[in-house]
Amino acid sequence: MAACSIEDLLAKAEQDEAEKLKSITVQKELDLEFDIGNLVAYDKNRIDIRQFREQKKEDFLRSLARDNTQLLVNEIWKHPTERVEEVIVVKLPEPTTPLPREKPPPKPRPPTKWEEFAKLKGIQKKKKTNLVWDDVAKNELHRLRNIARAQKIKVPGVGLTPTAQQSKTDLARAVNVAKSSTASAGKFQDRLPKEKAPRNTGKKRKFQPVIGNFSNEKQRQLDLLKVLDSKKPRLDVNKAVNKQMREDDREESAAKFKKGGKKGRKGGNFSGKGKGGGGKGKGKGRAGGKGQGPPSGKKGAGKPGKR
Amino acid sequence: MKQKEGVIKPKTKRAKRFLDNRAPKLTENVKNAMIMKGGNTSMTVTQALKDIYALKKPSAVLYKNITLKYNIFIALPFPITNIFCLQEFFSKKTDSSLFLFGSHNKKRPNNLIFGRLFDFHVLDMIELGIEKYNSLSAIKNSKCPEGTKPMLVFAGEAFDHDDDHKRLKSLLTDFFRGPVVPSVRLAGLEHVLHFTALEGKIYMRSYRSLLKKSGCRTPRIELEEIGPSFDFVLRRTHLASDDLYKTAHRQPKALKPKKKKNISHDTFGTKFGRLHMQKQDLAKLQTRKMKGLRKRRGPAAAAEGETSSKTAKVEVE
Repeated sequence: MAACSIEDLLAKAEQDEAEKLKSITVQKELDLEFDIGNLVAYDKNRIDIRQFREQKKEDFLRSLARDNTQLLVNEIWKHPTERVEEVIVVKLPEPTTPLPREKPPPKPRPPTKWEEFAKLKGIQKKKKTNLVWDDVAKNELHRLRNIARAQKIKVPGVGLTPTAQQSKTDLARAVNVAKSSTASAGKFQDRLPKEKAPRNTGKKRKFQPVIGNFSNEKQRQLDLLKVLDSKKPRLDVNKAVNKQMREDDREESAAKFKKGGKKGRKGGNFSGKGKGGGGKGKGKGRAGGKGQGPPSGKKGAGKPGKR
Repeated sequence: MKQKEGVIKPKTKRAKRFLDNRAPKLTENVKNAMIMKGGNTSMTVTQALKDIYALKKPSAVLYKNITLKYNIFIALPFPITNIFCLQEFFSKKTDSSLFLFGSHNKKRPNNLIFGRLFDFHVLDMIELGIEKYNSLSAIKNSKCPEGTKPMLVFAGEAFDHDDDHKRLKSLLTDFFRGPVVPSVRLAGLEHVLHFTALEGKIYMRSYRSLLKKSGCRTPRIELEEIGPSFDFVLRRTHLASDDLYKTAHRQPKALKPKKKKNISHDTFGTKFGRLHMQKQDLAKLQTRKMKGLRKRRGPAAAAEGETSSKTAKVEVE
């Protein structure tokens, strides 16, 4: 009994399937050829001319078209689909019918000057790896931080702790920091023969943002006006006079030294004050002493100025 | 007639982009079509050209009126004469590689010439005469939106047996297929162009397909005639020589799909691959422990199993 019912069930299931598929199946002698990439179907079946003549032409053609289109659509629906932004889209394969190109394939362009040079020198393109967090550096940093915390001293920045890969800039920075951590801020540290002077080590000027604090800006502008307005000279006469006197002293002693030669040299203990100061003199301060001799910077070049 | 490193050098980035777009490329643009009329055209031809332009929009240019000097020659592009220079000139101007030329005279009424170019020189030309024509406006139905990629169906044995018909098939595919896309919206498969070759005539019908519910995933198709319907008769043809045809089909190497090494198929379709093993010390092989076969101090036991050689052919799938 059970067997019968199973058979019946199966038969029924098959029937149902057939029913379902009836609406989309088309009987043809020869299967069509498809080029789904181009959405083309080729029907090579013989067309019954008699039937064509009997029926109305349009109806015959339309039914033929309907059948062929049904087969084409069946074939298209067999391909994988995906959902793209609420729309179901079928992924088409590459077109298979060979169609002529529009233009001939492109010719390889001649190598550029750089490419030729690179080939000549054997330079290969090196891809820069993205920065990856270096575990070794992290460990080092944490270790030093712990030590610092234990001994209550400051910990140096990340770049100065030794790591596996240090770039040129990192090393340069470390060298500079080490050099200037002497008692005299690195003034007497000799440089290696070919070492270049460190750049960008001057005092960083901080500029106020262009648009920001309106009251600040207003205050500054008013101060400026006040300075321009005031009758008092900006120049501190005392200071300027003292400076000038010092310069004169130095000039004298330099002249004597030249005359004296060796003798002068032994006793040469000038209070060569402010060679740096003289050179650094603000524009306005030196305005007073402009007409009086060459700038002092030149004179003191012979000996290092003792502060 | 602009060439990048030739007559005109681009001075702006935009100009450079424009010229690069028109230069030969690996994967090419959609083929543009020029649709033009000859000196003498009938109403049918004009209307037909307009309809085909509507089908082929936006990758088509419709020329309203070409004042051609040598009217006489236009009527016969066969044998090849001056008409080509004009077509080539226009094709360079608009970067088109397909053309459709319509004309009308007593000897050949309602003539349409479909043609394509390769490298701005004529490749193929096929002349079709319109015997019966229903225009887009005559058939009153709602039309498909412009620019839908049509489905093409070619029916009839002639498309397979006759050389001319084969070229015509290729030409029509080229003309009407639209841009090549990797994927298509399922609901957007609306337009169907059906070509039937029967008794020396070619019937072109354009339908709109309605996707009806069927029991299963694939819908049932119902067709509704919309667009222009033509009854063509094949007249003259001018097909490219074999070697020119071959040159036109030559694909650049870069486009060829990379062959995956180590995969082979046998006649049944089974996929085979090769596994390369290192040299194995057969004495130290780990096999199933069969106590009875264990090596005694006596004569060495026979093979415990067939050991594989250096390479083993492994069936995949």
